[in-house]
Amino acid sequence: MSTDIKLTRRGFIVKSISVLSTVYFIPDLFAPAQAAKPLHEEVKSDTKWAMSIDVDKCASGCTACVDACVEENGLYGFDRPETDSQWIRKLTIKDIKTDKVKVVPMLCQHCENPPCCDVCPTGASFRRVDGIVMVNQHTCIGCRYCMMACPFKARSFVHENLTEQVTTAPRGKGCVESCNFCVNRIDHGIPTTACEEACMKEGHKAISFGDLSDPNSRVNKALKIKQNRRLRADLSLKQRVTYSNI
Amino acid sequence: MEKIIFRKFQIESKTFWMMFFGLGFFILVGYLCSHYMETEGHYVTGMNNQIVWGLPHIFAVLLIVIASGVLNIASISSVFDKKLYKPLAPLSALLAMAFLISGLAILVLDLGRPDRLIVAMTTYNFKSIFAWNIFLYSGFAGILAIYIWTMLDRNVKKFSRPAGVFAFTWRIVLTTGTGSIFGFLISREAYGTAILAPLFIIMSLLYGTVVYFLIVKAINYFQKTLFSEEILQNLRKLTLLFLFANLYFLILYHVTNLYISKHLDFEKFILLDGGIYTIAFWVGQVVIGLLLPLFILFRDENKSESSLMSATLLILVGSFLAMYVIIIAGQAYPLKIFTNYEILESSFYDNVIHTYIPTIWELGLGLGGVALSLIIVLIGIANLDFLPTIIKSPEAKKVAESDS
Repeated sequence: MSTDIKLTRRGFIVKSISVLSTVYFIPDLFAPAQAAKPLHEEVKSDTKWAMSIDVDKCASGCTACVDACVEENGLYGFDRPETDSQWIRKLTIKDIKTDKVKVVPMLCQHCENPPCCDVCPTGASFRRVDGIVMVNQHTCIGCRYCMMACPFKARSFVHENLTEQVTTAPRGKGCVESCNFCVNRIDHGIPTTACEEACMKEGHKAISFGDLSDPNSRVNKALKIKQNRRLRADLSLKQRVTYSNI
Repeated sequence: MEKIIFRKFQIESKTFWMMFFGLGFFILVGYLCSHYMETEGHYVTGMNNQIVWGLPHIFAVLLIVIASGVLNIASISSVFDKKLYKPLAPLSALLAMAFLISGLAILVLDLGRPDRLIVAMTTYNFKSIFAWNIFLYSGFAGILAIYIWTMLDRNVKKFSRPAGVFAFTWRIVLTTGTGSIFGFLISREAYGTAILAPLFIIMSLLYGTVVYFLIVKAINYFQKTLFSEEILQNLRKLTLLFLFANLYFLILYHVTNLYISKHLDFEKFILLDGGIYTIAFWVGQVVIGLLLPLFILFRDENKSESSLMSATLLILVGSFLAMYVIIIAGQAYPLKIFTNYEILESSFYDNVIHTYIPTIWELGLGLGGVALSLIIVLIGIANLDFLPTIIKSPEAKKVAESDS
């Protein structure tokens, strides 16, 4: 009987390779899960999400956009400003020639040629076909190379354990994160970001978001009214966030 | 008649274990530090959203740069066929392997998610120089292992030259890759220039040469190995040459930046009014790391070993401060987001020169990495015949027998 169950060397090698290759390859045979993939439809390549910010309409002292972002994405900090995440922030700037002071919301500029995606070793930083630049929280290894590469300081690293996460915006200690144009809203068919909504509610209407492919979108209307420009245009990154009156 | 044989590290058992546990203690502390940083999060370090790479990266990049440079001796032997260096080549390759592994260990343990190392090893974005470096580093370790094998095993000795040439080529590409990590960062004024790649190569040649000298001297303290006066003088010449080359590329880097008008403010920051960063640059990188060693080596007409040792120690202090300037000062200078506007206020520190004060956890991890490289060397030389020793021919057989 014992000879029947004897494992030969060849048999051992064949079986080992079979088992190992099954374990290794089977996960690749199925389509990998994609973060923020639309729930009911594919991300369309003819959709081009973009944002226009009218700096003259942005009110000094108003933090509605920042507060809305914090609430939407559960970005509650630990009172440690150097390490707490900020997906959108307000900057006060002064024109070097005229001394005119303005306030500007600063967020991920959703570049068409994003340096963060270029440098990311695992491809965790990626750009969707609709133009949203975001981080796959499952494959980010926390190397922070994207933060070194971003010209706008738009990214934050999660420096500590999180407790008040919201289910619509998965975050995790040790990963990098940034504005994703409220991708969860968009993929559920709500074509507005939390910051734009808050800005409209306050009556400032400084932020206009929408689909560039749709001639009637708010962003297209804003772009028609005022000439917009990109920050650091010298880098040719073709950002989807543009500013007017700056 | 004299003969060169390769021997294991002849050291008293007690001394070996003292060294082993001493280094092991630092490695344990390093691991515990990284574990603490991983479980608590990086807020316990001096790094933040402004200075994202800190002390662990200074240690890691320096060790990887040294790993490439320390292979010089083996390259001179295999690639340029200098017989004089042949006996010293295996140790050179072992050192390269040890420094590479420890540099990588620090990098990995400082990741936000070190548990996802498998992701980094299996999911690649080939547009990223970081991803390429993962290949370059792991490939280098494999090539070094083969190279060491061809040098130590007589049966495959004929392959040692092609293996050496391959390792030489690979390490030039590897250091280019390390320099390019910074060179490809277009947004920061300190980086974004191709000169960083050759600058890193020349730094690796200088630091590797002096580290090799230092370690051979440390081994010689316990055991007389082959290290002739001729080799010593050659190392001295090489150190002088690399110091000059380093100075040249450093000047070229800053002159290039001065030529690019949008980088002028950064150059003013580093060269004139950057506070601690300006001091680190002038006093550390330039004077301690380059000018003083040059002065010492030139001034010593006797070409003594002690002057080379002094220069070596100064160069190593300078190397650390050079990495500090490249990595920390490069991030400390705020990003220029607007061309025609000055930032007056920001909740995210957009308008200030960032400060960085490392914590004990980062230092522990860095020192643990250094200890790891030394323990690899210690275990390597204690168990394999890495150390060339001159003995009289009749004794050779006896020694070989007693060693085995």
